[in-house]
Amino acid sequence: MKISEKTIKRLEETARTIRQDVIKMVTQAESGHPGGSLSETDMITALFFNVMRHKPKNPQWEKRDRYVQSKGHSCEALYSAMARCGYFPTSELNTFRQIRSRLQGHPSRADLPMIEASTGSLGQGLSIAIGMALGLRISDIRSRVYCMIGDGELDEGQVWEAAMSAAHYELDNLCAIIDNNGLQIDGWNEEIMNTAPLPDKFRAFGWHVIEIDGHDMSEILGAFHDAERMKDKPTVIIAETMKGKGVKFMENKVEWHGKAPTKEQAVIALRELNG
Amino acid sequence: MNINNPIRKAMRDGYGEAIVELAKRNKDIVALTGDLAGSLKLDEFKLRFPDRFFEIGIAEQNMMGIAAGLASTGKIPFVSSFAMFVAGRSWEQLRTAVCYANFNVKIIGSHAGLSNSRDGASHQNLEDFAALRAIPNLIIIAPCDYNETKKAVHEAARIKGPVYIRFNRSETPILTEEKGRFRVGRAETLREGNDLAIISCGAMVYESLVAAQELAKKGIHARVINMHTIKPIDKEAIILAAKETKKIVTVEEHQVNGGLGGAVAEVLSQNSPARLKIIGVKDRFGQSGALGDVMKEYGLTSESIIKEIHDFYWK
Ligand SMILES: Cc1ncc(C[n+]2csc(CCOP(=O)(O)OP(=O)(O)O)c2C)c(N)n1
Ligand SMILES: [Mg+2]
Repeated sequence: MKISEKTIKRLEETARTIRQDVIKMVTQAESGHPGGSLSETDMITALFFNVMRHKPKNPQWEKRDRYVQSKGHSCEALYSAMARCGYFPTSELNTFRQIRSRLQGHPSRADLPMIEASTGSLGQGLSIAIGMALGLRISDIRSRVYCMIGDGELDEGQVWEAAMSAAHYELDNLCAIIDNNGLQIDGWNEEIMNTAPLPDKFRAFGWHVIEIDGHDMSEILGAFHDAERMKDKPTVIIAETMKGKGVKFMENKVEWHGKAPTKEQAVIALRELNG
Repeated sequence: MNINNPIRKAMRDGYGEAIVELAKRNKDIVALTGDLAGSLKLDEFKLRFPDRFFEIGIAEQNMMGIAAGLASTGKIPFVSSFAMFVAGRSWEQLRTAVCYANFNVKIIGSHAGLSNSRDGASHQNLEDFAALRAIPNLIIIAPCDYNETKKAVHEAARIKGPVYIRFNRSETPILTEEKGRFRVGRAETLREGNDLAIISCGAMVYESLVAAQELAKKGIHARVINMHTIKPIDKEAIILAAKETKKIVTVEEHQVNGGLGGAVAEVLSQNSPARLKIIGVKDRFGQSGALGDVMKEYGLTSESIIKEIHDFYWK
């Protein structure tokens, strides 16, 4: 598959805007999860601005592709992408984590109906995505389901129960993405709970495995297109990413998992993201 | 204690300090967490007793099972996470693997109620009393401040059997003394009064005391009872209050269904019927916001409590 230089450039620009939104949102809310939002941003950008078939002006369109944010804590990037592609006004991003906002600290479908699932309790999203994939299949709707999962989140047993059932049901309309940034809250994944070797584990569970650089837009797009062609197996894209990507003082730093920058730090971060 | 200008300290700091004190004296004390060592203030424990610290990762059900196994070898495991996950995600493992076998496991739920205010409903456990109160063998404690948390943790280690202790994320006023022993199932009267009795627990005890102080200015003299043990509940204190004041108000950072209010209602209706007002979260999920905004939205401030009590009292 050939992707034009122009498309790549445009998506990279959008990702840069989303990263800026992430910083602004957590700074304003004096809380939130910048690290994991910045690591997943490029994949979310590719999905919402290129890969997925969806209609922001008609969010309940039944043939839409679906996106489940299983790592619900890093919803900043998701909210920004949704606002930037027209689901709701970008001005609403300012209300993130404030009282009576639709933009809850973790995605809430009851508050923001275009969110496909209410998450935040880790480990539950893939099961929900499987239910969607099964439902779409028996309704003869050829939409696809995408699910973003944290690498620390893979500690949860439910993820592996889900992994087993996705392969059992041969869900080739399902694509999971692992945001493999190496960090969780207490430290590095391999020290907290070693989940390696991930590709072998998923292969043994019956999945089609694609390994990519999660910050390389053409690799990301290539992987999603590859996944779409796969028959009879669910695909998992294991994306090597960097927690805090794009903001030097946050990169690969565990302390930026769930903390807001000060106003001064935000200025530095935004300057850097402006390029 | 100066109720108008109290010293504040987080209950979870009390937990982190108490478990280190315990571990120094008792080599059977072990701690487990699910990627939340820092939030549960276990950093010092981890540093000083690395062999007795188990990082299980984000896998609460596994963690509860492992705790049951550790208890079977004579260890005293403290399973530590957010109340949402330790009392929610692993509910059945707690019920069957731990409580049914009556294993000596201590379950520590932090960031309870609405105190994890910015994270929103997915992280705000307002259902733990209701969900856990029905499990046999389990003792449930909701300390009201830093000192009481410390003492409750020490007491929990003396008890042989499962104990759940829930507390807040935020810094809350210190109301109780540092010294003395925590007595499970024995409520403490913090303020005398015979016009009505406020029965409360956790961080709401402070709000209740402030409310009582204001109500006294309007001539309503409220007794304030710190019902730190939700199970077994102190029946005598409830029955006595009903007899002496005729009107009971419960205040909790929990749903109005099945929590402290429910437990008090069970005692009153079967022993000494009295008028009862249950103040808590009114059958809705929590939400994100600054802590003050969220507490106000859900009517869990002293101002709101005063108003509700006023209406109830004169009805
Ligand atoms: C069931 C559950 N347990 C614990 C938490 C607390 N928690 C929030 S984020 C997080 C770490 C997640 O790490 P990872 O999945 O690697 O996400 P990322 O690095 O992308 O931020 C934890 C333990 C939670 N949200 N849900
Ligand atoms: Mg991670």
